[in-house]
Amino acid sequence: MAKRTFSIGGIHPHDSKISRECAIRPLPLPPTVYLSVAQHIGAPAKPLVAPGDKVKVGQPVAEPGGFVSAFIHSSVSGTVKSVGPRKDLAGNNQMTIEIAVEGDEWAEGIDTTDTLVTAIPEDNKAILDKIRLGGVVGLGGATFPTHVKLSPPPGSKCECLIINGCECEPYLTSDFRTLLEKGEQVVIGAAIIRQVLGNVRCVFGIEENKPEAIAHIREVIAKLGCEGMEVMSLKKRYPQGGEKQLIDAVMHRQVGSGALPISVGAVVQNVATALAVYDAVQKNKPIVDNSITLTGECFPNQANVLVRVGTPLSFIIDQLGGMPEKAAKVISGGPMMGKAVANLDAATLKGTSSLLFLTAEQTARGEASNCIRCGRCADACPMGLEPFLLNRLAKAGDMEKLEENAVQDCIECGCCLYSCPANIPLLDVIRMAKADVMKIMRARAAAKK
Amino acid sequence: MSQIIIWTIAIITVLGLLLALVLYLVAAKFRVEEDPRIDEVEKVMPGANCGGCGFAGCRAFAEAAVKAPNLDNNYCPVGGNDVMAKVAAILGYEVKAKDPAVAVVRCNGSCANRPVVNTYDGYPSCKVKAALYSGDTGCAFGCLGCGDCVAACQFGALSMDPETGLPVVDASKCTACGACAKACPKGIIEIRPQGPRGMRMYVSCVNKDKGPSVKKACAAACIGCGICAKTCRHEAIVLENNLAYIDSGKCKLCRECEAMCPTGAIHAVGFPKPLDKEAVKARVLERQKKEREAAAAAAAAEKEA
Repeated sequence: MAKRTFSIGGIHPHDSKISRECAIRPLPLPPTVYLSVAQHIGAPAKPLVAPGDKVKVGQPVAEPGGFVSAFIHSSVSGTVKSVGPRKDLAGNNQMTIEIAVEGDEWAEGIDTTDTLVTAIPEDNKAILDKIRLGGVVGLGGATFPTHVKLSPPPGSKCECLIINGCECEPYLTSDFRTLLEKGEQVVIGAAIIRQVLGNVRCVFGIEENKPEAIAHIREVIAKLGCEGMEVMSLKKRYPQGGEKQLIDAVMHRQVGSGALPISVGAVVQNVATALAVYDAVQKNKPIVDNSITLTGECFPNQANVLVRVGTPLSFIIDQLGGMPEKAAKVISGGPMMGKAVANLDAATLKGTSSLLFLTAEQTARGEASNCIRCGRCADACPMGLEPFLLNRLAKAGDMEKLEENAVQDCIECGCCLYSCPANIPLLDVIRMAKADVMKIMRARAAAKK
Repeated sequence: MSQIIIWTIAIITVLGLLLALVLYLVAAKFRVEEDPRIDEVEKVMPGANCGGCGFAGCRAFAEAAVKAPNLDNNYCPVGGNDVMAKVAAILGYEVKAKDPAVAVVRCNGSCANRPVVNTYDGYPSCKVKAALYSGDTGCAFGCLGCGDCVAACQFGALSMDPETGLPVVDASKCTACGACAKACPKGIIEIRPQGPRGMRMYVSCVNKDKGPSVKKACAAACIGCGICAKTCRHEAIVLENNLAYIDSGKCKLCRECEAMCPTGAIHAVGFPKPLDKEAVKARVLERQKKEREAAAAAAAAEKEA
C-alpha cells in the first residue's frame, strides 16, 4: 500500500536532520531564569509571586489569566528577584518573572524518579484538572492550552486522536529523540489523552525518515499492551506536521475553512505534549523543562539538550561552545516557520523547540523580481490558496477580496515563499494581510454579539 | 445607394429618440430624492478623498455632515477652518474653529543616536517588520525606517531623510489628515497643533522603558528623568510610564525644558532664533536655587513660629 500523506500542496525540503544521533542530555542550571507570563496562546498568566519570595521547582508562579490560558511554574528553586517587563525573543517588552537560582529543591508531591507509572487513573475529570494545574500546553508550536483542547465543545465527538510525531521541519530532532528515549512515557501519555477523549482510536503519525522511532513506538505499544493504538508511517513531506495536513494524511478528512479539527472528529497532540501529559498526570510534574535541538551546519556542538524553561539563550549557547563565528542568523524553531531571534539575552519558553544557526549564505534572500504567473506557489500551498493572488490583493489592500480568497486559512508554513522562482516575499505580505483580515473578522464577530 | 443611407439615418434617429424617451421616463419614475445640500457641500470640499475626516471620501463626509445634527464630530482636517466655515454656511450650523495641526514624528533614533543590533532582510514594510520583531535597534518603540508613513501620505509631505533614516514632515504640504499616524505601527507620529506662527515644542520620543535601558538603546531618547516636568512653570509637561509629554494647550513656548533636557529629546520647531542653551539653563538653575532657599527659609520660619 502506498504510504499516506496529505492531499494538496506541500514541498520536499532537504531534511538536514544532522543532530539525529545526539541523545538528549540535561544542561546545568543557569544562574537566573526568566519566566515570561505569555508562554501560551490566549490571555497572559497573572503573576502569583512578588520580589523576595522563595520558590521551589514546580511551584506555580503565575495563574491563568482567562479561560484560554495556563499556569506557569517555577523551573528552578530560588528567590524571585523581580516581576516586570523584560525584552523577549523578538525584542518586545513582556511581563517576566526573574528568579535567582539557589540549589535545586523540588516542590512537595512531585515524583522526580525515573520509575515508569503505567496505571492510568480512572477519573477523567481529575486527569483534566492535573493537566490544567500542570500548565500543559501544546508543544508542537502553537502552545494552545491542552486542557482546553481536550474539552471538546458540547455536541462534538472525537473519533480519532492523532499523536503528531512528524517533525516535518528540517533540522529539528528533539521530538525524534523524545520518541526514541522516552517512548514508554509518550505512549502512556497518549493513552491518558485517549482515555479522556473516550477511548477513541489513537494513531501515531510519524514520517518515514524516522524508521527507528516508528519501530520503537510499535515495540512499546506491543510491550505495554495498549489497546486501540497504531503507528502510521507517513510519506515525508512538508508541512505534514500541520494540524489540518496531518488529519488529512491520517484520516483522509479535510477540515473546513475556519473550522476546528474536532469538526471532523479529530484531536491532534504533539509527541512532547503527550510526554508533558504523562509527567503532569503520573508524576505530578508540571512543565518545568523541555528538550531543545541546537543545530545548523556551522554549529560544531550539535546537541539535543534538556533545559529548564526560562533559561537565557546566551547561557545555552555558551554551554555548548559559544556562538559560531560564521552564524549570521539564530532561528528559534525550524527553518521554515521559526522566527529569527532578535535578542539572545531572552529566555526559552515552554514552546521553544530549537535554536538553529544559519550562515549568511544560507539565509541570503535573492532579489525579488516580477511574478511570472508560473503557479508554483499555488501548487505548493497545502491549504489550497493562491499566494500570488493574495500577494497582489494584499498590496492593493482589498480586504473583502482577501477574505473571499480565504487568506485567513493561511497556516504561514512558507511553502509559497520556498517555491517561488522570482523570490517574491509572498509570506511576509500574506501574513500581514492575514492579520488585518482576522482583525476585521473578529471586530465583525464582536459587533454581532 | 442614397436610399440606404437615408433609411439608416432615419431609423437610427427614431430609435435614438425612442430610447431617450424610455430613459427619461425611467429616470423620472425611479428618481432618488437626495438632499441638494450634499452636492453643495461636496463642491466646497478639498476633493482629496484622503479619509482624514474618518469617512471614505469627500462625498461620504458631505452625506454624513448633512445628516448629522451639528458639526461637532465632523471636521475636515485638510480643508481646515476655511472649508468648515463654508460647510457651516451651507448647512446653517455653527462650527468651532480648530487650531491648524501638523504631523510630528516623535522619534530621535537616527543612525548616529541608535546603535543597530540586528539587521532585517524581509519585505520592506514597517507593518510586516513590526509583526516580526521590535526593530533593528535596542529600542522597541522607535521608528522602523521602512517608510510606511511616506507611502501613506497623499500630499507628498513626508520623506525619509537618508542621513538619519527617519521620516521628515514638510509642514507646508502636511494637511494633518492623519494617514501617516494610522500607517505607523509604532504610533510615533502624532497630529499636533501647529502652534502660534508655527512655533511648537514636543518630546521627540515614545520609549516607555526605564531610563537605563533606554539610554543603552538610544542616545537622544526621553529617559523619563522628569527634569522637564520640574522645570516647567506652566504644568504643561506630564510624566507617565517613564515618558514626558508636552500638552500643547498649556505650553507657553518658553523653551526652558528644551534647555534643561539632558538628552536633547525635546524639540522646538519654527522658532526664529536658535536657543542659547547655557544661558537659559543658568537662568533656570538660579531660579530653582532661589526657590529652594525660599522654601527652606519658609520652613525655618514656620518652625520658629
